[in-house]
Amino acid sequence: MTLVLSQLFTGISIGAVLLLIALGLSLTFGQMNVINMAHGEFIMAGAYTVYVLQQVITSAGASLIVALPIAFAVAGAMGVLLEFLLIRRLYGRPLDTLLVTWGVALILQQAARDIFGAPNVQTRAPDLLTGSIHLPGGLVIASSRVFILVLALTAVAALTLVLKTTSLGRRIRAVVQNRDLAAVSGLATGRVDRLTFFIGSGLAGIAGVALTLIGPIGPAMGTNIIVNAFLVVVVGGIGQLKGTVIVAFALGILQSMVEYTTTVSVASVIVFIVIVAFLQWRPQGLFTLRTRSLA
Amino acid sequence: MFKIRGTRALAVVVAAVSVTALTACGAKTGDSGTSTTAGAVVDTSGPTVKVGLLNSLSGTMAISEVTVRDSLKLAIDEINASGGVLGKQIEPVSEDGASDWPTFAEKAQKLISQDKVAAVFGCWTSASRKAVKPVFEKNKALLFYPVQYEGLEESPYIFYTGATTNQQIVPALDYLKAQGKTSLYLVGSDYVFPRTANKIIKAYATANGMKVLGEDYAPLGSTEFSTIVNKVKASGASAVFNTLNGDSNVAFFKEYKSAGLTAAAMPVVSVSIAEEEVKSIGTQYLADQLTAWNYYQTTAGAANDKFVKAYKAKYGADKPTSDPMEAAYTSVYLWKAMVEKAGSFDVEKVKAAADAGGITYAAPEGLVTVDGPSQHVYKTARIGKIGPDGLIKEVWSSGQPIKPDPYLKDYSWATGLA
Repeated sequence: MTLVLSQLFTGISIGAVLLLIALGLSLTFGQMNVINMAHGEFIMAGAYTVYVLQQVITSAGASLIVALPIAFAVAGAMGVLLEFLLIRRLYGRPLDTLLVTWGVALILQQAARDIFGAPNVQTRAPDLLTGSIHLPGGLVIASSRVFILVLALTAVAALTLVLKTTSLGRRIRAVVQNRDLAAVSGLATGRVDRLTFFIGSGLAGIAGVALTLIGPIGPAMGTNIIVNAFLVVVVGGIGQLKGTVIVAFALGILQSMVEYTTTVSVASVIVFIVIVAFLQWRPQGLFTLRTRSLA
Repeated sequence: MFKIRGTRALAVVVAAVSVTALTACGAKTGDSGTSTTAGAVVDTSGPTVKVGLLNSLSGTMAISEVTVRDSLKLAIDEINASGGVLGKQIEPVSEDGASDWPTFAEKAQKLISQDKVAAVFGCWTSASRKAVKPVFEKNKALLFYPVQYEGLEESPYIFYTGATTNQQIVPALDYLKAQGKTSLYLVGSDYVFPRTANKIIKAYATANGMKVLGEDYAPLGSTEFSTIVNKVKASGASAVFNTLNGDSNVAFFKEYKSAGLTAAAMPVVSVSIAEEEVKSIGTQYLADQLTAWNYYQTTAGAANDKFVKAYKAKYGADKPTSDPMEAAYTSVYLWKAMVEKAGSFDVEKVKAAADAGGITYAAPEGLVTVDGPSQHVYKTARIGKIGPDGLIKEVWSSGQPIKPDPYLKDYSWATGLA
């Protein structure tokens, strides 16, 4: 029983990581339909932000807290720059956007290699987050995973709040649902796009900070992440936050349960088979956005 | 206009990513093109003699292989400064294998037939070595391979200056057994070296009354280890044998510590973590864990002091030296000794001189001797403990160099493995 519970928590924590890396993408890809291959490199930028800050701030805990807003700003700024210089000229041309952003991803990776060196760098984690929490019943859960779970849920809540209650959120949703009508109604769609891209890319920066607790920090980290992030968003349904959340946790739990009884490789194959079968049944993903737009 | 079908977009993304993955893995190996079978011609007409350095200077393996290239260059510079080999200065020709196995084969062919090098030094992964092996055999040219590997191989045209299994894995198991560890959990990356190594470990365990409680492989580059660590923990094994490679080690050790597992309760013995890797994983996660190698930066001896000092002077005080770097550095000096004994750069004469035995060099790891028949090297096995300063301290050594036995012929439990 303890084993099942502990695997369940493992699944939830894998899901939390998936959610965090996919959340930003669910805005830029899900809401704006921009295939941004450089999203993984924005995550990398967030991770390197922690590394740079730790050169200045000696306390591991303080640097991690400070890194969250700074990584959001750094990755967000990179996103805005990318949107302003390249993507904005390529709206409606998904294949060109894909190639261009992939090129940008390669440039950013090489830049990281030149600035920080090819080997992975190490960051320090506060002692509080390298240990584990003992629960009654012999259940032991890693505190870093709890932190990531809380961070992911907070990010989802904040994003939902922004989208549902603020005027910025209303504008974003209006542009997503019907760009032409939004423009006709007097919305500066270009500016809304840039803001959306800022938030989406900024969330990638936050994910990068979280990943320093559990994985390697190096120039190639983005490429390892990007496929999973796209997977979650596509299966969740384009333009749907709740789809992303549900699918991230579902895939995490499926992966951890199957992996426990088989091997990593078999589990990945099974997860992919399930995804392919699911998309055959629901090509549009778990949830779809219903609008009256004719597009 | 604003509704791309998600699946199609995904297909494009997946296709794009798999193209990168494919180019990285390489589909074909060992196609070396046309070549002569008459044997490699070494160009000795000028005042210099060329040697090839074949390492990945780009791609995923660059992190490790660049350090090997650097120590090869250090050895060449030192030899040149002291008069060269047979009165000729060594001229290194560096080629980039780009972490791509067919590229290794292609560049090896280029070094042999175009540059007419006297010998090639390099390769790291077993996959790259397997890719260039037929090229060197067909052209009758020499390769010096400096990395520990899974054994079960002998090529007449390759000299192996890293450890084979009976100089690294078997002594590590002996050490664990002596420490009273009775059960093991095996964790490795999913490719030839860990799978072969674990086959040997399981045979050893059966013969020595140790239990293997589990065996898990993660794809190269995998960074999600929570389930594997859960399994390791639930098994209650008394030690973990780790043959993971690259980035996976970072994620594995972070997860290991998070799960509350410690070096005191369940030590991890790693065979792919050297000083350079310790630096990038972080001593916070690695303190007191064990490694098995033949050389550490802290290895005592005048030859090592000189090597470490020279390396740091040339490449920077913060650069550590590691086992594969030392084996690479040593390989150049061993080649020099062979050439001088043969009195010629001719490949067959050099080989004959080496195979007759008696080639030795006072290496940083201690005196090494080339074993003529197997073309491997006698090496001292050393178990190290990772310290809080990121350096590895020796806690046990075999005391004397162990005779290489790539096919484990002298071990009764290993029959049937080859």
